Amino acid sequence: MMKTLIWVEHDNTSVKDATLSVITAAAKLGEVTALVAGSDCAAIAEETAKIAGVSKVLKADDAAYANALAENIAPLIADLMGSYDAFLAPATTTGKNISPRVAALLDVMQISDILSVEGPKTFTRPVYAGNAIATVESTDAKLVITVRGTAFDKAEATGGSASVEDVSGPGDAGLASFVGAEIATLERPELTSAKIIVSGGRALRDAETFESVITPLADKLGAGIGASRAAVDAGYVPNDYQVGQTGKIVAPEVYIAIGISGAIQHLAGMKDSKTIIAINKDEEAPIFQVADIGLVSDLFTAVPELCEKL
Amino acid sequence: MKALVCVKRVLDYNVTPRVKPDGSGVDLTNVKMSMNPFDEIAVEEAVRLKEKGVVTEIIAVSIGPDKAQETLRTALAMGVDRAILVQTDDTVEPLAVAKIVKGVADAEQPGLLITGKQAIDDDSNQTGQMLAALMNRPQGTFANELTVEGEHVVVKREIDGGLETVKLALPAIITTDLRLNEPRYASLPNIMKAKKKPLEIKTPADFGVDTQPRIKTLKVSEPPTRAAGVKVADVDELVAKLKALGVA
Ligand SMILES: Cc1cc2nc3c(=O)[nH]c(=O)nc-3n(C[C@H](O)[C@H](O)[C@H](O)COP(=O)(O)OP(=O)(O)OC[C@H]3O[C@@H](n4cnc5c(N)ncnc54)[C@H](O)[C@@H]3O)c2cc1C
Repeated sequence: MMKTLIWVEHDNTSVKDATLSVITAAAKLGEVTALVAGSDCAAIAEETAKIAGVSKVLKADDAAYANALAENIAPLIADLMGSYDAFLAPATTTGKNISPRVAALLDVMQISDILSVEGPKTFTRPVYAGNAIATVESTDAKLVITVRGTAFDKAEATGGSASVEDVSGPGDAGLASFVGAEIATLERPELTSAKIIVSGGRALRDAETFESVITPLADKLGAGIGASRAAVDAGYVPNDYQVGQTGKIVAPEVYIAIGISGAIQHLAGMKDSKTIIAINKDEEAPIFQVADIGLVSDLFTAVPELCEKL
Repeated sequence: MKALVCVKRVLDYNVTPRVKPDGSGVDLTNVKMSMNPFDEIAVEEAVRLKEKGVVTEIIAVSIGPDKAQETLRTALAMGVDRAILVQTDDTVEPLAVAKIVKGVADAEQPGLLITGKQAIDDDSNQTGQMLAALMNRPQGTFANELTVEGEHVVVKREIDGGLETVKLALPAIITTDLRLNEPRYASLPNIMKAKKKPLEIKTPADFGVDTQPRIKTLKVSEPPTRAAGVKVADVDELVAKLKALGVA
């Protein structure tokens, strides 16, 4: 059986949901060992040990691992990979930053953003913004993989009882340092785990209008808020709201696209949503080709009316 | 300080990709090809750094077919000083691309290496990180803003939760995100001038790199299509649908 090592994504407060999907994907290949790297990360290691399907937790507790700097983390993982056949990380910005660096250190070609495990070395993955699905087979001795969170069920957060083992690595590579972060405090569901998402596009005009039209609806529905690239570029909302090929990939129960045309780059990020609802005044807008429920209407009248009637 | 930028010739982002009926890949015959949009942002950033006097010379490298010369000419027209085409008709995976670019960097000794964060054809998002690993240098991926300060570059990065700032020792590898800048259009006089700028042609073998793919593509298929939906006449009907879905 294959031995897999997975990257546990966390913010020192809790394990990120994306990790749970990675565990499900890794379990299809073999035994799962989870690496918790961080500074004062004992609580995260304990939390990880309880996740169903994890057989061992490796804890690398070092100030050098505090902010998941790829320069420091990748050599740690590459060293550990001597004992494993596959490394898997979530296709989050952290996973995408670290994983290819690990792959290059191991002289392995990474398989990015897998959608399914078809065999021990065979996977499917989206290419061309999800307009084509490639079935690929690795010929490398070891596997390095990033996992699309929406494509795999989440492992149960409880039920496991893995042992926790301390490991250490080369520490600070002296190449990069963390300066700071501007992380929005979330008063609403995180996009990648929200059950309902209300997304706004260029039609929302400016930040104030976006806020006054989209937020009340999202509040009514207890929804997360997303946006098209155009809305982000124009400064209506921060960059982490962007849904799409080059932003976040989401697959909520319900995705409501408001004033979004439905460019392929946007569709790439949301077309696996269970139900898609579109409100757009242009009945020819491509978004209607993927929408289960469409309303052709001016959003500035339709959305407030919708809020009122819910 | 020299800057090295990597550019890839890809299917134009406005073209809807069509899967070939035999499942061997996406049809690229007689379709518009352009510079990968993230690489345009990489070129633009290098040009702006040169305009600010931070960078003295910009070299663009592309690994690809003969036609990738056009992509390099576009980069030259945007303000790149000289170009290198590492010519091959084979599919070159990110790992091999990174090895070739490392070969170029070993010869040119740039202070900054700028690539797009991903190519919009294979959507791999790997080359910059791999290059940084092979060179044992720091990486500022998904850059939203960058500032060169003496021997360092400070990079604001787009991350899932918002923005993060890191400070990297030069030489460093940067990968661009969408909001780093808005690329310029090359003016006609600059397009004319670009024709006279040096463009050197090399091969992967010149850098001792084996481009044999490590990943076999067994098949390429269409994604599942969504069944056509319904249009509702008004907000009342939409409310009823939302209630039926159990969300209101
Ligand atoms: C390399 C690259 C990567 C990209 N990555 C992404 C990505 O990850 N995510 C993404 O979203 N985009 C991405 N894009 C951009 C994408 O191509 C589109 O430009 C973008 O999605 C358009 O955003 P939009 O739908 O909000 O704007 P538009 O296309 O301008 O659409 C606005 C829509 O609003 C409608 N509208 C206007 N007024 C009203 C009104 N009063 N009531 C109702 N409807 C109204 C219009 O009919 C129109 O359909 C990328 C592009 C490139 C080149």
